[in-house]
Amino acid sequence: MNKKVIENAVCTVCGCCCDHLEVVVQGSRIVNVRNACAMSSSKLLGYMNERIMQPMMRGKRGLSGCTYERAVNATAKILTKSKSPLLYGWSLTSCEAVEVGVELAEEVGGFIDNTTSTCHGPTILGVHEIGESSCTLGEVRHRADLVVYWGSNPVHAHPLHISRYAVTCKGRFRPSRAERKLVVLDVRRTDTAKMADVFIQVRPNEDYELMCALTAAVRGDEIEVEEVAGVPTERIEELAELMINCEFGVLFFGLGLTMSSGKNRNIEAALLLVRELNSKTKFVIMPMRGHFNVNGANNVMTWLTGYPYAVDFTQGYPRYNPGETSAVDLLARNECDSALIVASDPVSNFPRQAAANLASIPLVTIDPHITPTTLCSDVVLPSAHVGVEVGGTVYRMDGVVLETRPLVKPPRGIKSDVEILRSILRRVKSLRRAGS
Amino acid sequence: MQSVRVTLLTGRSLSQGRSKEQGKLSDFHLQSVACCEINVEDLSKIGVSYGENVCLSTEHGRVVVRAVSPTQPIPPSVVFMPYGLWAAQVVGCDTDGSGMPAYKGISAVLQPARGEDVLNVEELVRLSFRKADRENRRLK
Repeated sequence: MNKKVIENAVCTVCGCCCDHLEVVVQGSRIVNVRNACAMSSSKLLGYMNERIMQPMMRGKRGLSGCTYERAVNATAKILTKSKSPLLYGWSLTSCEAVEVGVELAEEVGGFIDNTTSTCHGPTILGVHEIGESSCTLGEVRHRADLVVYWGSNPVHAHPLHISRYAVTCKGRFRPSRAERKLVVLDVRRTDTAKMADVFIQVRPNEDYELMCALTAAVRGDEIEVEEVAGVPTERIEELAELMINCEFGVLFFGLGLTMSSGKNRNIEAALLLVRELNSKTKFVIMPMRGHFNVNGANNVMTWLTGYPYAVDFTQGYPRYNPGETSAVDLLARNECDSALIVASDPVSNFPRQAAANLASIPLVTIDPHITPTTLCSDVVLPSAHVGVEVGGTVYRMDGVVLETRPLVKPPRGIKSDVEILRSILRRVKSLRRAGS
Repeated sequence: MQSVRVTLLTGRSLSQGRSKEQGKLSDFHLQSVACCEINVEDLSKIGVSYGENVCLSTEHGRVVVRAVSPTQPIPPSVVFMPYGLWAAQVVGCDTDGSGMPAYKGISAVLQPARGEDVLNVEELVRLSFRKADRENRRLK
């Protein structure tokens, strides 16, 4: 059978959305991938592993196969009967699917939250307070001479970020690695730290203190202690000098800041540091977004509801109060009476008690694969992979919009997230009309 | 029983990132995620060797995982677990009003877990989320 090479395919794993993959397709299968990182290769060569091949509903003997029509009908009944359903996930699917999801949340009067609430939610809260100075990854590639990773380990989490966008790439004005300085701040000497020109080891949960001390040093204030967060004052002052003296600096930060003590306050401190640096030089800041379209979920929800995540439609209009209307808080307080999970596995990732509460309510999951969440679900609707089997729009971590294309056909009969969500929405509307 | 107080960090590892794409019920995922990276100093304090099982307890729960050598150096009194079902068992729901639970910097106690097995995905789901009870519930 002839092999076909698809060039410039967009990777749908992490927020880098690398769009230079070469995917070799033979028949209906992907047989090789070039230019991809280890995670991307794993996905593209293993996308058929542990697939769900038909819809399922829970009966006396556990989950058993059914038709899409029955599963959609059961889902619509669950959502229509609920007073406060939670619609969660949305970061591993397309913007088009998120758009339908928002309409569904409004129709059923529920909560809609994306995985931002357990990754860069604190970043968004920080940006609400301070604002941000940002740019595209292309500008970083061509102009940055100082790259700082704080609480982020791209060698493991965003494997091509360093070589494609930030440090070892060939930029127009920074043609080689020698033109750039790499600084890493982390609680561990990570594999990213091993590549750094300067590595600063921070004590766990003390990033806020160090960030404030560094801002003071940039401002020219004297730090009247010998060390902060385990870092000698002298080193903090040296780092401040290095940051002030660069031509174009960028601070990339990861979940080391958003998940540690301080959370959104850590991000506010980082944004204030960058604001201070901009009085001396050019400096930008960017979160290292995890899922390939978590930024798209934020953007779509913002342009449809005014809010980027944790949106509450239970009053009939959108409200937003992370900490109250975000998924983990809602589940911890047992406030939801059903849930629809789209392209996410919260049972694996949410704190145990929140996951247990999620598993105890009527639960519907739309996902291509068997996961701990599908194992706990009452209705399971298998879907096609966005960016592999169906196309769709995604937002890269810097807000650049990319169009993904189908590389192969989905398994026979398997529908896309958009098709499934539209069917559920239609059925919900007809049930509500019949009810009223 | 010997125990040592540690600070738990959870996070992404390349192996976890690859294995979740390969399948969450796979042995590769179990090996990549149901583990805890521990400094040799802490490990010797509780009399355990790499490859043996340890129990990690927090105020939110406990989990048994395999002790492994750090892939990236880790200071004493700090341990690392990859994101996933096993790490989630010891994370609390409090978000400090931010929506974000504390997945990093969690106070924990590390102990040997001799005689206790590391549960696989299906066993852990059944144990933690009472799936067996749900089997009897029929959708109306």
